Amino acid sequence: MVPITTLHYLVVAAALFVLGTIGVLTRRNVVIILMSIELILNAVNLNLVAFSRLYGLHGQVFAVFVITDAAAEAAVGLGILIAFFRNKETVNMDEVDLLKW
Amino acid sequence: MPGAISQWFSAGDYLLALPMILLSIFALGILLIDLMLPPEWKSINAWTAGIGLAFSTAAVIRIHLAYARAGQGVLSYTGFMGSMMVDRFAIYFFYLFLVGAGIAILMSAHYLEIERENHGEFYALILFSVVGMMCMAAGFDIVLIFIGLELMAISTYVLVGFLRSDRRSNEAALKYLLLGAFSSGIFAYGLSLLYGLTGSTNLQLIGEHLATHMRENPHDPIAILALVTTSTGLFFKIAAIPFHQWAPDAYEGAPTSITGFMSVAVKAAGWAMLLRIFLSGLYPMRPIYVPLLVFVAIATMTGANLAALTQNNLKRLLAYSSIAHVGYMLLGLIAGSSTTPSATGIQGILVYLLVYTFMNLGAFAVITSLRRRDVIGDEIDDIAGLITRAPAEAVLMLIFLLSLAGIPPLAGFYGKYFIFLSLIETGHYQLAAVAVLYAVFGLYYYMRIANAMFMRKAVDTRPVTLSPAMATALAITGIATVGIGIFPDLFIRAAGWSLSIAQPLQLTSLFH
Repeated sequence: MVPITTLHYLVVAAALFVLGTIGVLTRRNVVIILMSIELILNAVNLNLVAFSRLYGLHGQVFAVFVITDAAAEAAVGLGILIAFFRNKETVNMDEVDLLKW
Repeated sequence: MPGAISQWFSAGDYLLALPMILLSIFALGILLIDLMLPPEWKSINAWTAGIGLAFSTAAVIRIHLAYARAGQGVLSYTGFMGSMMVDRFAIYFFYLFLVGAGIAILMSAHYLEIERENHGEFYALILFSVVGMMCMAAGFDIVLIFIGLELMAISTYVLVGFLRSDRRSNEAALKYLLLGAFSSGIFAYGLSLLYGLTGSTNLQLIGEHLATHMRENPHDPIAILALVTTSTGLFFKIAAIPFHQWAPDAYEGAPTSITGFMSVAVKAAGWAMLLRIFLSGLYPMRPIYVPLLVFVAIATMTGANLAALTQNNLKRLLAYSSIAHVGYMLLGLIAGSSTTPSATGIQGILVYLLVYTFMNLGAFAVITSLRRRDVIGDEIDDIAGLITRAPAEAVLMLIFLLSLAGIPPLAGFYGKYFIFLSLIETGHYQLAAVAVLYAVFGLYYYMRIANAMFMRKAVDTRPVTLSPAMATALAITGIATVGIGIFPDLFIRAAGWSLSIAQPLQLTSLFH
């Protein structure tokens, strides 16, 4: 049995980060884009908590702040999306075309 | 354990945070009072916000006086165990944010009534975003900087989408939110890597550890990844090409007074954060980030100046112009972090941000005043023949445009002058030549607006009426734009004071 080292966590976090980035850049559904952004922020959390094993609590405190921020961002994001949906009846990024993208 | 907390935090810490605490109290107060106000009394919210800004300014002046009393020896006061550093640099930016927010509130009061969206939340969000900006300027710990950034950004997302029934505003908010949140995520990833590389969240400690790290391992891929992700987030926030796509859309769709606010205060906050991080935390990596900055600066100046040439929407045109100004300011940072660092470059950025605050808010105030119930007033056609409809405003707009183009003796000239001077001091002659060339491009698209105002016939011949608040905003910005141009000395010394460069000083010690 190989022990799980900090490096393992970092690789998982990097994978999450890449998945999130690909999601933001390729998906057209706004809800999925918001989920991909959450994925990126969770990659950050995993990084911070993994580094905390080496350096002490600072990273974990930072992670708690990032979690709070992610929640606030999701709340505001969905609020704006609902305001948008009321006027336009779509959540597809391709139809967000009034301003040049 | 009672007493333990007081060992960590002293009353001095709270004095340093007082400007932010006061603003938060007033913002929460506005949210409460707004619930009890009948619709015809909504202007009380604007007054409350203004009083909050005044109290906060008084608190900043109190800290400012502490420096004056302490004399030359004291360079910075830190609080909350080193995570907040209210040094002269931060105080300079505090004043900028407060002035920007104050003028934006003056511009908003009547505009919101026309849009029928006069809610207290608007002013509360402006105050909250100023709190976030102050955390960004005074933050010396990446946790505080990140939280300040998000507080500012999330407040601004809502402000951009504040015109709920306007589809352009909805779209702008949605795009700004998605790209802004994405960039914050990338930025946070970079910060987490920096923490992992150095084991600290304090910018000074990060700088020290990174210096050792770079000496042992000058091409560490993880360090380069951390630099690239962090600077991607920073470039997003100041809207530098290739991370600028959100800016024209968000600027066009947002309520016009908020567009003005975003283009000065939010941008200044982004710059405060960028200067802090590049000049203290990431400073040991400057051999790697200077080429990056050169690329971004040239791309920004080229792309923005070319795109601005063809715009017919005033807000969009000014959005591209504000991106172009970011390009010029980046040149100052290049000079400030070259091998023989020139503090003139950084001083130039600070002067630039100051004059930019007044001239750009002034231009947006003129555009805001064109809004009526039935006319949006942000196309070039809407400003045509302004000289016959509102002669004073047309002349003021001309002053702002000439200042944006950098014509002496107006304020905008001194911003560009110091940037170009610093480039020549550090031997970047090619960059200086390119920048001057693009400044000429700039003159062309600013003069297109002036041409429409003075030479073309008005499409809509009704005279423009100004509310007293708007007239005040125009007067302040106009006087400041001309005043700084004629008496630049005081303001240039203020910028020098904030960097404490009265005496020759190494750039590395600017923030310590």
